[in-house]
Amino acid sequence: MNGMDAQPMEIQYAAAPRTGRIAQLWRRMVRHRFSYLLLAPFLLLFTVFTIIPVVTSVGLSFTYYNILEAPRLIGFSNYRLLFVDDDIFLKAIGNTLKYAIVVGPVSYVMAFLLAWLISQIPIKYRFLYTLCFYTPSLTSAVAMSVIWMYLFSGDRYGLINYVLTKFGFLNEPWLWLQNEKTMMPVVIIVSLWMSLGFSFLSFLAGLQNVSRELYEAGSIDGIRYRWQQLWYITLPSVKPQLLFGAILQIVMSLQVADISMQLVGFPSPLYAGHTIMTHLHDYAFIRFEMGYAAAIAVVLFLMMVGLNRIIFKWLGSEE
Amino acid sequence: MANGYATRLNGKRTDWSGWFLYAMLTLLGLFMLLPLVYMVSNAFKPVGELFLFPPRFLVIQPTLKNFYDLLLVTGTSSVPFTRYIFNSGVVSLAVVALGVVISAMAAYPLSKHKDLPFGKGIFKLIILSLMFAPSVMLIPQYLVISKIGLINSYWALIIPGIANTLGLFLMKQFLDQISDALLEAARIDGASEWRVLWQVVFPMLKPAWTTFALVSFIGIWNDGNSAMIYTTSEEMKTLPYALNTINGGAGVVARVGTVGAASLLMTLPPVIVFAVTQRMALETFQHSGIKE
Repeated sequence: MNGMDAQPMEIQYAAAPRTGRIAQLWRRMVRHRFSYLLLAPFLLLFTVFTIIPVVTSVGLSFTYYNILEAPRLIGFSNYRLLFVDDDIFLKAIGNTLKYAIVVGPVSYVMAFLLAWLISQIPIKYRFLYTLCFYTPSLTSAVAMSVIWMYLFSGDRYGLINYVLTKFGFLNEPWLWLQNEKTMMPVVIIVSLWMSLGFSFLSFLAGLQNVSRELYEAGSIDGIRYRWQQLWYITLPSVKPQLLFGAILQIVMSLQVADISMQLVGFPSPLYAGHTIMTHLHDYAFIRFEMGYAAAIAVVLFLMMVGLNRIIFKWLGSEE
Repeated sequence: MANGYATRLNGKRTDWSGWFLYAMLTLLGLFMLLPLVYMVSNAFKPVGELFLFPPRFLVIQPTLKNFYDLLLVTGTSSVPFTRYIFNSGVVSLAVVALGVVISAMAAYPLSKHKDLPFGKGIFKLIILSLMFAPSVMLIPQYLVISKIGLINSYWALIIPGIANTLGLFLMKQFLDQISDALLEAARIDGASEWRVLWQVVFPMLKPAWTTFALVSFIGIWNDGNSAMIYTTSEEMKTLPYALNTINGGAGVVARVGTVGAASLLMTLPPVIVFAVTQRMALETFQHSGIKE
């Protein structure tokens, strides 16, 4: 807008249009110096621990760097190695995608449906139900893994094995956390249990706030069933929350590592529970091949941001 | 929709769908709680019951021995368990307190100084940072921490956690819907921006910074990575690490009772914090939506 106003000026003072605009911006910035002062601590930390790390990661991913010696530029070698020669990485990508494709959508839909159901009951009962569904996400993988390991224990003492043998589904105890067939499914089940997090809260809060008038107007317009109400009134009204939830969900489902490392071990037998994030851990903090690990981080970063951009286009625009 | 399902769309017959709704929610809710009940029950089981066959879900003769073992017996090893609790407490409190102050300071100009140059751009960057997990920056963050020379200090565990972008996002969104009238009134009375921030805005922002505290507390309390990576000495480690150590690493079920007690101790604080802040969190999350 300022550019438009400045247009006639530029013709008159053709010599210094650029400096004029910069000077104007500078004056505005000086006028707001106190605002910048308020922003400074946060921005400083944000820069040091987010912006610089992202840039550094990209830079390091083109080098060989083992912390002891200075980084040495090696071009795209890390990426070539990653996608062509590193079979375990390909397996990790496979596992991560398998996990994300199940956990992402399932927990998203689950979070929404449960939030919707809770929003249908009177306010005084809501708190109890919210606490039931939300508490699992307040626990940490570390604290809960002990319990899950005990439940899924491979011997007869494991409660799940005991129940399944008792009712005749199994003949002998199953090694849930050691058998490569069940490792990932168990990780997925536990993650789903823990996954009703901030997106659930966001949906719940959004749904409580859809105005009654919209529903009344809807019933005048001939909406008769609850699913019609859900589809034509509720969903469009909470679209911003749906977008927020989707972003958190994507990030959550692609960064899977803790639960897998805790439950099936690190590295897991036959790498059946190996994910992109555990691969990164392996190279960064065990082998200290920081350049290679940075390349893994960049790949994961691009997957997350790329997917989120798509979701943004899809849910964010319109209106 | 205060009276919820009671406002049925049509008819006034027995509200079967209402009963069905309660039954289903209750069943699902209890199902979700099962592992937690099992955890509580294990924490109070005497050794004999932990290795009982057939395995029992609930405790028969509850005992506090596990907690006693955890707090006193493990004290004979190099670092007492209470030290880990202390570390986790100090780190979490510092992160939450500093985070609330710094983020309130940042949210105010981003939301209320509309013509701030680059304000929109900064906020866009913050939204962008929500789109990837902080864990992808583990390596450079580690390099930064070690370059500044913070390895093995409380600061290494505190500083990276302070600038919580999700928390700032929620605060800014919440602040957006607070009317400017009060701020203007305060300014006309001659209050400086600093005073407007702390005496007018900050009290009104209470639900938002309470939620910030919740979000940032859950994150830092449960975070096992920082302590694993940024600290090397045993005295500087936090609870998640300690739990892993007693547990003997993944796949090993050792000292089940003590571990059960420890996981209960670790799980309780976030649950309590949520129970206390729930109402304000929901109020804040109403504004969590993203519009372009």
